[in-house]
Amino acid sequence: MTADLAYRRSPDQDRREPARHPVVIVGAGPVGLALAIDLRLRGVEPVVLEADTALATGSRAICYAKRSLEILDRLGVAARMVEKGVVWQIGKVFWRDRMVYQFDLLPERGHKMPAFVNLQQFHLERYLVERARELGGIDLRFGHPVTGVEPADDGARLAVDTPEGPYRLSAEWLLACDGARSLVRRALDLPFEGQVFRDRFLITDVRMAADFPPERWFWFDPPFHPGRSALLHAQPDDVWRIDLQLGWDVDPEAEVGPERVIPRLKAMLGPSRPFEIEWVSLYTFRCRRLREFRHGRVIFLGDAAHQVSPFGARGFNGGLQDADNLAWKLALVLGGAAPEALLDSYAAEREAAADENIRHSTRSTEFISPKGEASRAYRDAVLALAPDHGFARRMINSGRLSTACTYGLGDGAAGWSGGGIRPGAPCADAPLLSPTGRPAWLLERLGHGFTLLRFARDGAGAESPLPRGDGPVTLDEVVIGGRATPWVDLVDAEGLAFARYAARPGNCLLIRPDQHVAARFERCEPQAVARALRRALGEDAPARTMAGT
Amino acid sequence: MASLSRDDWIDQPDELYQLLVDAHQGLSPAQSRQLDASIVLLLANHIGDAGVVAEAVRAARAAATREEGARAGEGEP
Repeated sequence: MTADLAYRRSPDQDRREPARHPVVIVGAGPVGLALAIDLRLRGVEPVVLEADTALATGSRAICYAKRSLEILDRLGVAARMVEKGVVWQIGKVFWRDRMVYQFDLLPERGHKMPAFVNLQQFHLERYLVERARELGGIDLRFGHPVTGVEPADDGARLAVDTPEGPYRLSAEWLLACDGARSLVRRALDLPFEGQVFRDRFLITDVRMAADFPPERWFWFDPPFHPGRSALLHAQPDDVWRIDLQLGWDVDPEAEVGPERVIPRLKAMLGPSRPFEIEWVSLYTFRCRRLREFRHGRVIFLGDAAHQVSPFGARGFNGGLQDADNLAWKLALVLGGAAPEALLDSYAAEREAAADENIRHSTRSTEFISPKGEASRAYRDAVLALAPDHGFARRMINSGRLSTACTYGLGDGAAGWSGGGIRPGAPCADAPLLSPTGRPAWLLERLGHGFTLLRFARDGAGAESPLPRGDGPVTLDEVVIGGRATPWVDLVDAEGLAFARYAARPGNCLLIRPDQHVAARFERCEPQAVARALRRALGEDAPARTMAGT
Repeated sequence: MASLSRDDWIDQPDELYQLLVDAHQGLSPAQSRQLDASIVLLLANHIGDAGVVAEAVRAARAAATREEGARAGEGEP
């Protein structure tokens, strides 16, 4: 059941001079591990340094959004998550003693991945460690805490401590995935600023037999916890996540004691339901981020770069999208196929994404913990109007759940005024058939390198070929048609791909290796495609302006 | 794009004023605040144009703060 994460000596510890590696990742949490696997799949062999020799304790992150599952599917672990985890898509909001609002996060079929999977973080970490070991070429070092970082023009020098003494390392690229208390961030003395919410939340995982449906239930002012909020999430193995808002004026040390926790849970779960407490923690939430995610050869991802409140599940889900965005870019830069400037687009895109996540998370937290009399009056007005007024139901904000981020790809978007998937957005999945009639998912065909996705002109003969392999990267071509013809790779028998992309026959899309649309074209002209590809590779990119505005 | 109307649309201003004031009868201060918020939300939804609502917010804020500023002796004459 538990993965072997024991400390092992590295040959680097016996070298006289510090070993130099192309990529060193600090932190083997889920973001660091996912990044390592993604880099490995793209031909890079990273070193991962982790202080701990155990998986995460407690549940920590539990909600994995559809986009995360799609990324994790590309990395090869999503099937295990869906199998083990609790699949859900319905959220219910209660006010006092009645339900006022219900939402469905995936009201349509025809997607490989569900809206959400709930799973304890340590399961995901174990799947990622096992996947990394299965792939080989990833140097996972548990029990190797980084104690010092010295950035340089050509990378960074690291001091690492181990049970057998310290050693030094040098990295061409240092990727900081070492969490909210990031040592790398502190070593570089970078401010991590934002907003602290004056409220405290008791977060517990309890084990109990319960036949509640697998849904997200959120209460405002419930009879069992008057004047505050509560949240219930299902996890595998009869474990339930319960968040109880306690307010600011409580004694944080006393509140985690069983004599306080058990009565609160009994009030919620009923006096006669047996349960066992697996994990208890008291949190104060904050929303903050680094001003810049890239500092030369040191790049920050996940909680090391940004922090949000948990309402909306935007912590890990945001961090994983960081890894998804960076891995292909760094691999291309290391391989000499793209200029270093491409990495500035990582910073720009993910800083904007962090702002979006922080904005949503802040609004949710302000709705749940109104700051003053006026905001409380509006919050209560919305809840009181909700049963009878649809517009008010849509204002109820118990967490806007994580979705994929659409990047502002500058002029890439200018060429598209139509519907469907616009430039910057991640590709939508669709159920398709291979020419021989085998079921296939569109996303399974995307995300290795750059792909040109073409919507065939039905019956109009083979598409004109594009010149391939004359640039720094090869372009994979996938042709979708309404029916099986010799020039079609995937058959859109149900018409869902054409519909979701609002595609007309002859349209084509340039897809980045992270499955985001780089550009759309009415017709596939080789010169226009080549131009868009150069842009997506960060060539002739303008010098970066100040971030964080 | 619509903008906030500054014309007089109310036939019987005293009636409307009294209607809004009377609505608060017998309410606690918290209920009263919630009532006002509910009325704002219902009317904002009726208007349905965030630009118009934003203009109303600006006008209301200007009026409210001008009064405060005047009291503090900083306001415009």
